[in-house]
Amino acid sequence: MSSNMNKVLVQTEDFSVPEEYALIADDNSDGAVVTFVGKVRDFNDGSVVTDLTLEHYPGMTEAVLNQIAVEARERWPLNNVTIIHRVGTMALGEQIVFIGVTSAHRKAAFAACEFLIDFLKTKAPFWKLEAGESGKSWVEAKDADEQAAKMWNK
Amino acid sequence: MINVLFFAQVRELLGESGLQVEATDELSSAETLRAALAAKDEKWGRVLASDKLLVAVNQTISSWDTPVQDGDEVAFFPPVTGG
Repeated sequence: MSSNMNKVLVQTEDFSVPEEYALIADDNSDGAVVTFVGKVRDFNDGSVVTDLTLEHYPGMTEAVLNQIAVEARERWPLNNVTIIHRVGTMALGEQIVFIGVTSAHRKAAFAACEFLIDFLKTKAPFWKLEAGESGKSWVEAKDADEQAAKMWNK
Repeated sequence: MINVLFFAQVRELLGESGLQVEATDELSSAETLRAALAAKDEKWGRVLASDKLLVAVNQTISSWDTPVQDGDEVAFFPPVTGG
């Protein structure tokens, strides 16, 4: 396994957490592997959600995800970084996004993983269309997500 | 030509995913391009007037005074909600 790999994928297919974990976790110089999985939740802002459709800006999305992976490496000593984000329609409980980070030590891996999902949520051109009991509606951007991303600038 | 793209609510409300716009001296920035598109009719004016509208010039989120020129790709979209 080569070191210092960024893997960025935008795809309609589901991903396998065990497979992605195995791909990043086989370097014995790493003492820490942190992964995050985002899933389709059953309600949002008090409304029932039945499924979710993710739209994105092909080309720009991949560029932004690669940029934030590079930015994470500038902040922490990381070995492997994997970012996978699905697009298209997903049912309740399905996986949307995978972030995996490896490092010699846990603090860098935890921080980088949180940084990556905070920046992905506020910088990468994805949009969620929720389907529920009263039809379809676009998810509103949350101030809390913007605040979470801004915290990293301090 | 300037390749204009729309995403999410903006695409849905306009009923178009994009269009080609002739590059002219008047369309010198992301803002002047936005204003020219918004002048098309009442609906376009409303959708493209949103104070939350974002613009990406050549696939990078940009300020409204960013210059645009022939051959550029300019995308208009609402705040992002991935993750």
